[in-house]
Amino acid sequence: MAEVEETFKRIQAHKGVIGVIVVNSEGIPIRSTLDNSTTVQYAGLISQLAAKARSTVRDIDPGNDLTFLRIRSKKHEIMVAPDKEYLLICIQSPHD
Amino acid sequence: MEIVYVYTKKRQEFGRQCNFSDRQAELHVDITPDPSLADNFIERNPVDTGIQCVQEMSEHEINTERFETSVRGINHTEGGWPKDVNPQEVEHVTRYRKKVEKDEMYISAIQQLGTIMEHTIRQNNAIDIYEEYFEDIEVDTVDETPSAKTINVFRDPNEIKRTSTHISWFPDGPRKLAVAYCNLEFQGSTPDTSMESYIWDVENPNKPETVLKPVSPLVCLEYNPKDSHILLGGCYNGQIAYWDTRKGSQPVEMSPIEHSHRDPAYKALWIQSKTGTECFSASSDGQVLWWDIRKMGEPTEKLYLDPTKKQDPTKALGAMALEYEPTMPTKFMVGCEQGSILSCNRKAKTPAEKIVAQYNGHLGPVYSLQRNPFFPKNFLSVGDWKARIWSEDIRESSIMWSRQYKSYLTDGCWSPVRPSVFLVTKMDGTLDVWDIIFKQNDPTLSLQVCDEPLHSLRVQEQGRLIACGSHSGTTTLLELSDGLTTLQRNEKNLVTAMFERETRREKILDSRHREMKLKERSKSSADGAKEEEPEEARLEEEDLYTKAEKEFYSIIEQEKKILEKKQQQGDDTDKADTGKQSPIAEGDEEEKTNGNPESEQKKD
Repeated sequence: MAEVEETFKRIQAHKGVIGVIVVNSEGIPIRSTLDNSTTVQYAGLISQLAAKARSTVRDIDPGNDLTFLRIRSKKHEIMVAPDKEYLLICIQSPHD
Repeated sequence: MEIVYVYTKKRQEFGRQCNFSDRQAELHVDITPDPSLADNFIERNPVDTGIQCVQEMSEHEINTERFETSVRGINHTEGGWPKDVNPQEVEHVTRYRKKVEKDEMYISAIQQLGTIMEHTIRQNNAIDIYEEYFEDIEVDTVDETPSAKTINVFRDPNEIKRTSTHISWFPDGPRKLAVAYCNLEFQGSTPDTSMESYIWDVENPNKPETVLKPVSPLVCLEYNPKDSHILLGGCYNGQIAYWDTRKGSQPVEMSPIEHSHRDPAYKALWIQSKTGTECFSASSDGQVLWWDIRKMGEPTEKLYLDPTKKQDPTKALGAMALEYEPTMPTKFMVGCEQGSILSCNRKAKTPAEKIVAQYNGHLGPVYSLQRNPFFPKNFLSVGDWKARIWSEDIRESSIMWSRQYKSYLTDGCWSPVRPSVFLVTKMDGTLDVWDIIFKQNDPTLSLQVCDEPLHSLRVQEQGRLIACGSHSGTTTLLELSDGLTTLQRNEKNLVTAMFERETRREKILDSRHREMKLKERSKSSADGAKEEEPEEARLEEEDLYTKAEKEFYSIIEQEKKILEKKQQQGDDTDKADTGKQSPIAEGDEEEKTNGNPESEQKKD
């Protein structure tokens, strides 16, 4: 438990990080540093997008798998680290 | 020959049931053929008749009905929670979450993912891969050809279409557009014609956002630049009305008929004032009236556009266009039906001094007037078949003008972002964009917006979007390409130089003209005739006529004398010479007299 907390704190301490969310395979947000409504929105949308991305990669080459997904937008970057059961989402705002 | 069979039935037998019976056929009329009639006709053999033996086909046009779209939102609710957990209950949710967090797999997964994530975050922070390296360097003159794209088209939703006479953009950004609709043809509107004008939301061309219901159709409509809920409208019957969009579609207040204009109020504009409620309007009845919308019972001030400076309403010129620049609050300009432009000062001491200057140049009504937003001393006027640019100081003529167009110009305006670009609309449905530092003889871009005449034009403040309204109420929204909306290097200097050069040229021409007049005047006074100034011009003309006549007759007399002399000589030498000489000589004389009297004068 303590390691989980530590990991979270470390990630959050980095420059530009706005928020971190952990989502399980059903799309339920387990842990989040943002408010509930935003969390729910991100959880729903991102888990669907990650699933689609993974299926795309595997369709092209069945031996391949999705390791990381980055969505860069005008305002910030959403980074998604997929796992078998969980999804770690981090929102970071750019350099300046 | 009419074949008639008559039978009678008694009145008392009407309505009785029919008793049918059978009987033998009776011969009533027997018409035998009369061979003598055949003599009236001629037999034709063979007979020529055209037959078409082809499949019959017909052509039909169908236009599918317009698909109306509307934007709606969908409500998402939370889902995915297992059956025993109620997402609304905070306790359930936290309990579930704590359970998951105790899971071994969760801990190891998070640690792993955490490391990957940190790596990427550090990557992002190390180098910004989307950094702009050469932001400071200005883009060189764009070589792309200027173009404009149609973004949206707003059609008049009524059955009977009216012209969109005036367009006004929403002051806080290009979200809305107010369009005034009115059938401008004299007595052209039927009683069914709707009198409504609309405010359109730029994103939704299907249905207008707000409907304005005046008592009489609106000829012009302007948003108040200070308060974006208030609109001012001038009606076809001369009244002025103002609306508040928060209060509904009926006008908040209207000016009374007795004190309003007697002709359609063609233009109404807001004035710069502390309260933001003052406006003024002009109409073809020759009056300019100032109003305060808080008190519409009476105009606060009145001015007759009388160029003889006597405030005589019978001599007033009708106004079609108004120009007002908020940075010069006491001055304004009026474009008249007769083709002249009057520059006026509101704060002059006497009414006679209110009209400061008159610029004559157009042959027809001046439909649009606007000062250049960067160079307020120069203004654009649009009317008849030319667009003219004037400098305030030069009163005799415009400093620059476009070439003579084939169709009438209806409206024009400057681009608010580039001092050298202006736009004009024409009766043949084209929109021309002129860039005077690029090309002076032809428009830089000429677009056929629609097939019917375009009547109104307005550029949005940011300079990219243009709205133009046509004869049947179709308002088209266009977007200009970058080349026409970004300020070029040195543009201001080039335009300043051009305007100065043209102004100087006009000044020189003007002074030369005056010199010549002065010379002529001094010559005629030296001859001994002292005339008064206003009559001089007329007398000069008459002099010219009489002079020309006299010259002509004197030449004729001289030639006649020469002819006579020659004839006499010819008679004497006729016996020796051939008869040809005299006719040839006569021919020569005739030719000479047909030539210029001036050249004859030189010969003599």
